[in-house]
Amino acid sequence: MTKTLKLLLISILAISMFLVGCGKTNESAGGKKATNTGGASKKDTLVFARGGDSTSLDPITTTEGETFKVTINIFENLLTYGEQDTTIHPGLAESYTVTPDGLTYTFKLRQGVKFHDGTDFNADAVVFNFDRWMNGDADKFPYYTMFGGYKKDEGHVIKEVKAVDENTVQFVLKRPQAPFLKNLAMSPFGIASPTAVKKYGDKFRENPVGTGPFKFVEWKQNDRITLVKNPDYWQKDLPKLNKIIFRVIPENTARLNALANGEIDLMDGLNNSDEASVTSNDKLQVIKRPSMNVGYLAFTNTRKPFDNKLVRQALNMAIDKKSIIDSFYGGKALAAKNPMPPSIEGYNDAVEAYPYDLEKAKALLKEAGFEKGFSMDLWAMPVARPYMPEAQKVAEVIQESFSKIGVKAKIQSVDWATYLDKAAKGEFDAFMLGWTGDNGDADNFLYTLLDKDSIGSNNYAYYSNDKLHDILIKAQTESDQSKRNELYKEAQVIIHDDAPWVPLVHSTPLIAAAKDVTGYLPHPTGSEVLSKVEFK
Amino acid sequence: MFTYSVRRVLALIPVLFGMTLVVFSIIHAIPGNPAQIILGQRATKESIASLTEQLGLNNPWYIQYFDYIKALLHGDLGTSLRTRGPINHEIWPYLAATMELALVAMLIAVIIGVNAGIISAWFSKSWFDYVAMVLALVGVSMPIFWLGLMEQWGFSIHLGWFPTTGREDVRDPISAITNLYLVDTLLQGRFDQFGVVVKHLVLPSFALATIPMAIIARMTRATMLEVMKSDFIRTARAKGLRMFWVVYKHSLKNAVIPVLTIIGLQTGLLLGGAILTETIFGWPGVGRYLYDAIGYRDYPVIQSGILIIAAIFVLINFVVDLLYVVVDPRIKYTK
Repeated sequence: MTKTLKLLLISILAISMFLVGCGKTNESAGGKKATNTGGASKKDTLVFARGGDSTSLDPITTTEGETFKVTINIFENLLTYGEQDTTIHPGLAESYTVTPDGLTYTFKLRQGVKFHDGTDFNADAVVFNFDRWMNGDADKFPYYTMFGGYKKDEGHVIKEVKAVDENTVQFVLKRPQAPFLKNLAMSPFGIASPTAVKKYGDKFRENPVGTGPFKFVEWKQNDRITLVKNPDYWQKDLPKLNKIIFRVIPENTARLNALANGEIDLMDGLNNSDEASVTSNDKLQVIKRPSMNVGYLAFTNTRKPFDNKLVRQALNMAIDKKSIIDSFYGGKALAAKNPMPPSIEGYNDAVEAYPYDLEKAKALLKEAGFEKGFSMDLWAMPVARPYMPEAQKVAEVIQESFSKIGVKAKIQSVDWATYLDKAAKGEFDAFMLGWTGDNGDADNFLYTLLDKDSIGSNNYAYYSNDKLHDILIKAQTESDQSKRNELYKEAQVIIHDDAPWVPLVHSTPLIAAAKDVTGYLPHPTGSEVLSKVEFK
Repeated sequence: MFTYSVRRVLALIPVLFGMTLVVFSIIHAIPGNPAQIILGQRATKESIASLTEQLGLNNPWYIQYFDYIKALLHGDLGTSLRTRGPINHEIWPYLAATMELALVAMLIAVIIGVNAGIISAWFSKSWFDYVAMVLALVGVSMPIFWLGLMEQWGFSIHLGWFPTTGREDVRDPISAITNLYLVDTLLQGRFDQFGVVVKHLVLPSFALATIPMAIIARMTRATMLEVMKSDFIRTARAKGLRMFWVVYKHSLKNAVIPVLTIIGLQTGLLLGGAILTETIFGWPGVGRYLYDAIGYRDYPVIQSGILIIAAIFVLINFVVDLLYVVVDPRIKYTK
């Protein structure tokens, strides 16, 4: 027995000595390696770190933003957005024509483009992809609802997609859909190789094959996704990088530590409070993502006393947005007055923001019959989002403000899954939430978030206004953009008056990168093609 | 002994079965609809309804439970709701990552903890004793989250000795065979990569080792003090035996049983408690796999993940019980 114990102790000692020894030898090896890659040969691998992993690599099967960050580099769409805005540009389609009635779109496709598996991109491939999606359903291809439903649904906008010839594809619509082209450019509608879709079946979500600048290599779940350069990419001299590795590091501070230590080159989700430490580090740089979001405090408009417009207006006047922005957004967000950001076409700048005026707020409460105020629950999100990095603290400021007009707000929180579920069921008095635009269209904010059709999905405020509904539906089918803009401006006036929310901020999300990263242009949608990124 | 082992193994079955029932009930009592979470904030009510139906979440709970157990008996841990992949296949890399981390952490905790406890007892009431026990007290009460970030700040950013996050150099990735990277790199003869893996292990394993290390140190000190007071030790010392032998041969042998118990318990706790360490150090382990699954209400993953961890926990305790016999021949398991 003693022998066994002795043996055990000795072997443990030996192993630990061995481990220590290895640690040391490796230190020098690692050091050498670092100088090699940093010095003589140019760096061509980008390590991009983010907070969460993708759920699928077949972009149409999910609505989760982390997925699109990767897939937009593998798949391409018929049309694409501008480098840093949501204007429409040619993608896999070189050009298009629309009939005056807005019902037939004809796309001329780029020639000589090949999928990563070597098969040809052509009109049949486009038809195959749309047929696949429209014959599916909402849980297979959730974002396809952007086209009004599925083949069997009455609301489905696309009547037919047909190949006119090898390089021409035609979409015939049942009725005009104003954001149609913008929808086509959304990341979920990347064109996949039909051969690969048939070959992999359900496993296509782990084996993506598109025409994009990078090819998929490997996915180690919750750890990393590796892409390599597509040598046959149709855009000359692109991509600049040889390899991209998307890493998952859940904790914001740990991610920044990894960046400062040179293990990663680029990270999203930089805390506003960490900005100073990045700017003071001469090896790092801060990059700002153009804003296309809104963070808001919504009232469940069907619950008392929030069913009273005067109460909602009073609470709108009781929040000092400027001090919130100064304290929790490093002063770099825009105070919101409409439910959509000014970068979206149709934004109504003439709407006058509710002033921060506690006396007026009290007067309105009195008029509504709540002279002595009331008690309410104020729900704060448990997670950080680009539009709301520190929900709990913002809630405390709002609580303090409300107390000044006699409204006792009790701050509540619950885990994110339950939060969304309860909000969707209308179980909250008031709650904080936000939205990042998908396609840069006003419809994607106003109809999606505040139309009565969206109650139960994204209209968590249970706000319903028939007049607004008519305007938003009309705007969906109106093909003249200036007329559409007028309709949206009118809609914003109605929403402002009804005050279903307190629109709080349009934030500018921050990204941190190593100093030698150039050519990185963050996109307002959050998913960007990294083909022009390189190292100095 | 053999009969005892067989009986213990058989007794595991109802324990694990009960476990499944408890876990299943708790998970299904948490509010939140997986379909809503999977489809995200942007989901429409139609898509949520249709996915709920497809996932079988509309069925009464006992039917869902029965289906789960039936699959389990066929060795099928289920399908992840989120990734739609089979858990049998998915879970191993995570489990391997955690096991590697936990084993190294436990090794550190045992070597340092036991020795610190012995030396403290040996030189009881000396400065070493006081310092070690204060450190142990700090260690027990130190938040891992804070400790982890401080380690990164000190040892990575300032001293540059160790990487901050991950298991490997992603620019020179390891090709996995067993997913235990220490083993994989050795199997492939990649000693440079073996070194890289060791470097990646240092900070997270120390963070994870802190608490068990402190507990083991305090336990060892207490039992050693007890043993060293006893008559046979006095006799051994009176015979003129060198102190080193008295301590490491006679005393430790008699003090080891409670220490062994603590080591077993702590190893189990380590497996379950690795979530924070894994989050801070970007370690793709089973703790984070489970944590994410809870966030997504990925019922099958939560159920099977907890079941596996529970099984390992029970197994470790079983092994510890058997080790008692090896350490102390007076202990006999009859029948």
